[in-house]
Order: sequence, then structure tokens, then C-alpha cells
Amino acid sequence: MTDNVLEIRDLHVTFDTPSGPLEAVRGVDLDVASGELLGVVGESGSGKSVTFLATMGLLPARARVTGSVMLAGEQLIGASSKQLRSVRGRLLSMIFQDPLSALNPVHRIGDQISEMLRSHQNLSARDAQKRAVELLDIVGIPQPSDRARQYPHEFSGGMRQRVVIAIAIANNPKVLIADEPTTALDVTVQAQILEVIERVQERFGTAVVLITHDLGVIARVADRVNVMYAGRNVEQGTIDSLFDHPSHPYTRGLLASLPRPSKQRLKPITGFPPNMLNPPSGCAFHTRCEFAADICKGDLPNLVSFGDLETACVRARDLPKSESFA
Amino acid sequence: MSEDLLTVTNLVKNFELRVNNGARRKKRIVQAVTNVSFSVGKGQTLGLVGESGSGKTTVGRCILRLIEPTSGSVEFEGQDLGALKFEELRALRRKMQIVFQDPFASLDPKMTVGASISEPLTVQNVPGDHADKVIELLELVGLSADHAQRFPHEFSGGQRQRIGVARALALNPALIVLDEPVSALDVSIQAGVINLFEDLQSRLGMSYIFIAHDLSVVRHIADRVAVMYLGKIVEIGEQQAVYEHPTHPYTKALLSAVPLPDPKTERSRHRIMLEGDVPSPVNPPSGCRFRTRCWKAQDVCAQEEPMLTIRPSGQMSACHFPES
Amino acid sequence: MSKQDSGVLSPRQMAFRRFVSHRAAVVSCLIIGFLTIFVIFAPFTARYGVNQSVQGPPNSFLSPRANAWLGTDDIGRDLYSRLIYGVRVSLLIGLASAIISVTLGALVGSVAGFRGGKFDDIMMRVTDLFLAFPFLVTLLVVRNVLGALPWLRPITGDMSSVRFIIVLFGLFGWMGVARIVRGQVLSLKEREFVEAARAVGASRRYIIARHLLPNSVGPIMVALTFSVVGAIIGESTLAFFGYGPQAGDGATSLGILVGAAKGAVQTGFWWLAVFPCLMLIVIALSINFIGDALRDATDPRLDRGV
Repeated sequence: MTDNVLEIRDLHVTFDTPSGPLEAVRGVDLDVASGELLGVVGESGSGKSVTFLATMGLLPARARVTGSVMLAGEQLIGASSKQLRSVRGRLLSMIFQDPLSALNPVHRIGDQISEMLRSHQNLSARDAQKRAVELLDIVGIPQPSDRARQYPHEFSGGMRQRVVIAIAIANNPKVLIADEPTTALDVTVQAQILEVIERVQERFGTAVVLITHDLGVIARVADRVNVMYAGRNVEQGTIDSLFDHPSHPYTRGLLASLPRPSKQRLKPITGFPPNMLNPPSGCAFHTRCEFAADICKGDLPNLVSFGDLETACVRARDLPKSESFA
Repeated sequence: MSEDLLTVTNLVKNFELRVNNGARRKKRIVQAVTNVSFSVGKGQTLGLVGESGSGKTTVGRCILRLIEPTSGSVEFEGQDLGALKFEELRALRRKMQIVFQDPFASLDPKMTVGASISEPLTVQNVPGDHADKVIELLELVGLSADHAQRFPHEFSGGQRQRIGVARALALNPALIVLDEPVSALDVSIQAGVINLFEDLQSRLGMSYIFIAHDLSVVRHIADRVAVMYLGKIVEIGEQQAVYEHPTHPYTKALLSAVPLPDPKTERSRHRIMLEGDVPSPVNPPSGCRFRTRCWKAQDVCAQEEPMLTIRPSGQMSACHFPES
Repeated sequence: MSKQDSGVLSPRQMAFRRFVSHRAAVVSCLIIGFLTIFVIFAPFTARYGVNQSVQGPPNSFLSPRANAWLGTDDIGRDLYSRLIYGVRVSLLIGLASAIISVTLGALVGSVAGFRGGKFDDIMMRVTDLFLAFPFLVTLLVVRNVLGALPWLRPITGDMSSVRFIIVLFGLFGWMGVARIVRGQVLSLKEREFVEAARAVGASRRYIIARHLLPNSVGPIMVALTFSVVGAIIGESTLAFFGYGPQAGDGATSLGILVGAAKGAVQTGFWWLAVFPCLMLIVIALSINFIGDALRDATDPRLDRGV
């Protein structure tokens, strides 16, 4: 049993909105093993981003967070800001979709990396600068010592994202959370960034959580996948198992709705994304599920073992065998 | 070919950028679209793919004359759009329509859905009661009649896109430019909207120009595909030929970069990684514009611009050293 | 089925709800509303005529008392009544000139923003020119220039009349509004629903009238409220220096009353300073609160829905 570097248990996140309380995360359990790349897949309302923003402690004060998040033995929920600040950037880092807003436009790139280094490590300014240049090289920026002296606006989108990755891994964190890091990038640049993430992982043994809605990206880089819907997990498993014999109707629906070279008619998932102000009872997917039965409207289903997968579909064994998407 | 619905010949669009570099004011020219030519037949779908800076969105807008081309001709049903005066163009607008990418910005938030859908009818002074037509259109795109009184903010992204499609259909156009119509939608919703496009086409017989950066979606819906890079078409041909036997290095790299939802293929296939980023359309490279990122580039690529040439599988591509 | 089955709420209704959630603004509305009604019925609410002495001499500079609630001025007139008539004049000036300047400004701004090009450049340079001069100096210069042109008399009336001041502020205040509206139009013009209208063959006029102006109502209303405040304070400023509206028959404005406060501070007749200034502050603050709440209520980013 590989040891888990991040363990999330029964996470609940509720927002107070003008229209009432909105529970964005409704009881999520998640493990991230050391060195693995976990893909977290979901669409609007799935709660995938909020789960990890809560883990980082980056949600606004009006968000109510309960549950447990253990990172390398430390409890993050309810931790003091001082404790969180010491953890962020050192043990746990997060990168986002838009690299431009993550970088300070009036500071040089090299300085921004140094700042990250020196806030957690006891380095002299010169050593930090040296290390910054090394990091730029690791993420594949050509002429790193020259470029370290440049400002963010002098970099293109893909390059900026590499810089953001460099800052995130500067202190060799145990976990890197990447929230839709390539969604805003061109597809050829996306391929480069995914390669950088894989390279970093190989070199430093960092565990990576890749949050995305793109199943192709997952297929390319993930070791394990966690599928979320309406604030809960619905399926979990290794990448090959999940694609070969998905057990949950939502996962099957997602896979069936993607265009494939065979040009078969696409099978959309009927219905609409869930209204998180008032989600459906029981298994929230039942309103859109072709296999829904009365039992599905009852209790909130938990993940249970099902072959080599974990599924939250209470009717998993009654479903017809799925086609393989592998 | 005269039987084609739309023929674009040597379309050029340059934008002027006024850059203030301190005291100096330089005028730079962005060569957004350079010498693009293609045609679309009746009932056909042409996919226009490319990344940022490729010029594909600009091409779409030039066709509809939302932007004035710098030069080149756009012929629709045999008529040269550039030669038309405002009133004549207005009449022709009934036959060409557009669906936009952003479902949030494409509908006027202050107008009811019904008013937005019937706007084309109002502007074009179509006689008669529009209310019936609005209901017909709403049902055609899978929404219901009582949605007409509601406002855009009450609908989800996918529904708003459908409303945009309903609006585009109001005048029974012969050609619809679809500008990244599903990119902003959730994956599970995209499928429904794509099916809608296909169904409408088989029912009503209009042509599509499908502009997208998502190659899988384009592959699914397009009959012919044009691949654009930095304002030029680098490869164009039947969809199957382009996807299965790409001849231009960029097409190959592009196809290689697209992640397919299929772990076994993904991990086993050979990937072509392009170096660097897309150069700026302000100063495109001389000769072949792709040469700065091309692994096959040689001297001739910088000196001589390759012309679109027909290849064995039937498509055309512009390269001195095409892939086989 | 739409994603929210709550009742159909138009954007206007949503904006109204947002406005009403600003308590300061609601209170301000009540205050201004009450004041307006109060001063409209001035003949009934005031106790004395605007030029009428409270009693026979001695009647000047009487402190607040039973027959003169807020005291009297230098020639024995009831301050309370004069305040009512004064506020009436000032509110009239504020509202009328704001309507003129906002109408002018919205027209110029929307056309400049939409057409762009040379027209836009010229209009904006003119605007910048006016905005560059110090407020007071320009006000006085323009006042004298306008007053010196005899052919304007029919429109503006005499230099000391209320009408003149309304025209002055109307002509003076459109520039700021034009800028605001132009900015709004510039950002709206690129929005896809405008492109969609163009794609269908809509004329420029149609687009401005049907799409751009309705979506600019927010900033326009905000500009309106701030114009009102600007005009009222501007009128007070003019009056303070002695250029206020004087009709010779004792008619007064809030500005004149505030202007008279100058002398009152030194001589100890505090009521002549305190009450007019307090009134000015209350009115200006209230309108400001309303303007702020309007700005929040009509924030276009909220049009995306919850």
C-alpha cells in the first residue's frame, strides 16, 4: 500500500449566497498517493475546483468548510493562517488556468521565483537567483538566465504557464494541484505543458492532482482518475480500468458523448447540469440517468468497491456491460 | 466552381496596430489573414481549424462582412459581396448567418429570448406575425414555447447556445458560420448541440463553416477541412484525407498534440512536440510561416513561400517537403 | 425547464432588488422624496412668503423661536420659509440641468463611441479641453461669455435668472456624461449580440437605440444623479461668490442662503450658517448614496445571472 501524501475525508463546503446556502462539496473522500498523478474530472457544479481550493485554504471567509484534510500528517482544515502559509508553497502548491493573473506584472520573473524560494528556505539572494534560473531551465524555458530578468508580459501564454509551474515546484512540494492548467492554451502548447508536468513529476517525485474536464488529457497523463458530479465522487479507479469498463452511468455518459474517429452519432447526456442550490435527492445524477430506479433517489450513495474500481452507483451490478472506451 | 455556394479567393485582412513606444508612434500591420482561398458547396460543412493567431475567426467575420477585408473576393451564390452596396448587402444577409462562441455575450441581456430570436425578422422587415415563427424555431432547437418570455440569464450555457442557433435560423439562411459554437460548453452538453447541428443540416440543407480549435469535434462534423496557421491555409481537403494522411508538418503536429480519450493509444503513439510558441502575426517569418517551428525546415523554406499543391491522397498542402 | 424555476425576473426587476438592498440609498430616496414633495407645496408648507418679514422691527437676526423656527435673516425674513423656497429653486436647477446635460451627453457619447474614427477623436478632444480647465474659473468665464451674447437671450433669459443657470450647467455638464456613455458604448459595441444585430443587417441607428442605449441605462442613470449633485453644488458655489440667481424680488436659492452664511459665521448668527449648509449636505449626500446604489444595481456583470 503506497503511502498517501494527501488524505481528504468527508469534506463539505457550503457558501452563503443571496439565494440561500449552496453546498458545493457534499462529502468528498479522496486520497493522493505519493508521486502519482491523479486526474479529477467533472463539469460545472461538480465541485472539483472548490474541493482543492478548500484544501489550500483559499476559499473566502464566508465559505464554511468542514471535514478533514491531512497533508503529510498535518491537519489543514481549521489550521491557523500562519500554519497554512507555511504549508502553501512548501508542501502544497496550486496552479490555475490563467497564468497571467498569477504573476505580478511589475516584478521580474526571476524575482518572483526567488521570493517563493526565500519565503520557505533559508537562501541568500544570490543562491535564490541561481536556483531560480535552474528551475526555469527545468521547466524548459530557453536562455533561462536572460529570461529570468524579464517581466511577465514579455512571455507568451505557454511560457508563462511554465513559469507558474516553476514557482509552484520551487520548494519541492509533496503535492502540486493543477486546476485546468491547459484549458486556456492552444493545443500544441497544451501538449508542451503536459510534458513539463510529467517531467517535473518524474524528476522530483511530486504527486500531481490534475483537475480538468478534458478526458483526453486524463487519458494521456493520469495514473488514477476520480470522477465528480454535483459535489460528490461518483467513480474512482486506474486510468485503464476506468476507460475499459466504466461502472457509473455518468462516466459512461461522458465517454459516450465524446466525438471519436469512427464518427458515430454522439450520445449526449440528457438533462442539465445540477442546480447546486437545490440538488436532486440521493444520487444527484438520477434525473439524467437512463438506469435510474427508486432506490437512486434515496440515500446519498458512497463509493464502494466494484471489481477493480470504486463506484457510487448503487445499481452498478444491475447495469448492462459497458462498451470499452480504451 | 460556379455551383459552389461560397467561393473565397485570395482573402486578405490586415489590421493596423498603433503602438506607442514612448515618444515614437509606430504603425504595425497585423497580417491576420493572407491569401486564403476555399469554397463551400451546398449542404456541405467546411471545418476551419487552427490555433490562436491562425486567422480563422477573422476569416469567418470577413465572409459575413462584419469586418471589411483588405482585399480579395468573397462570392456568395455567384455574387461578389465586395461589389454590393449597403442595401443589396443587407438583402443578402438573410442568407448568411453566424453563431458565436460565448453564450453569455451573444444575447442582449435586456431583451427577452423571443425578442432576440425575432430580431432578424424585425430588422429585415419580414411581414407577418413573428410570434409563431419564434415558437417554431424554439421547438426546432429543442426548447419550448414558454421560453420566449424569459431572459437570457435564466438559461444555462447550452440553452443559450441553442437560442443563438434559433436566432441564426430565423431567416432560413443558406450558410451559417459557426464560430467555436461549443467550446464554451460543458463536454456532456457539447454532444447535444453538435447533434442539433447535424440534424438541422440534414433537415434544412444549409452549409456550415465550422470554426474550431477542437480537432475531434471538427473531424466529427466536417466534410472538408482547412488547416490554418498564421493567416494562411497550410492544408485543405476532404476530412478523411487530412486526418488520416496529413501531408503538412503542422497538421501532423497538431493532430499529434490533440489528446484523445483513449489511454492505450495515447500512451503508445509517437508524439511530435513543437518547439516554442506561435510567432506573432505582426512579423510573420519569411517564406513558409511555419518554418521556425518545423523540424524539416531548410534554406529554401525561408526563401520561397510554398504554394498549395495537390497531394496523392487528394488534399492540397503548402510545403516544400510534405509528409507522405 | 430553465435552470431556475423561480418566477420570471426581468433584468429591471433584479436591478430594483439590488438597489433596495442598499439601506442608505433607500433612506436617501425617502429623504429626497419627502423634501421634493415638501417644497413643491411650498405655499402651504412655508410659513411666510419668501420676502416677508416675520414681524415688525426689530426683526433682523432673530434667533430661532416660536414664530421663526429657524431664525430670521438680516432683514427679518423667516429662514425656514426661505429655505423651503430656496431648496425648491435648487432642486429645479439640479434636475433640469441634469436632464439637459445627460441627454446631450448620452447622444454625443453614444454616437462618438459607436462611430469611432475622426468624429470620436474630435468630440473627445473637446471634452478633454473642457475637463482640463479648473471648474470655477471655467464656470465664471462661460457664464460671462454666454451672458454677453445677446442672441442667446431668448433661450437663456437674463444672466441673473434661474433659466440662465439651468442652461449654463446643462451646457457645462454634458462632457462628463459623454465620456461615461462613450466608454460604455465602446465596450458594448464589441459584444457579440451587437455583432449578431449587424450580421442581420441592422442599421447604426437601430443598434444604438435598441441595444446600446438600453444597456447603458445604468451608467446613464448614475451620471444623472451625479449631475444633479454637481449642479446643485455648482449653483451654491456660484451664489457663494455672488453670481447666483437673483430676481430682485427676494427669490432665493439654497446657494444664496449658503452664501449668506459667510457673514453669519463671524457675527455669531449661527442659524444662518448651520441650517442652509446642513440642508446642502443632506441633499448632496443623499443623492450620492442613491447614485452609488444605482451604480451597483445596474452593474452589467450581474447580467450573467446567478
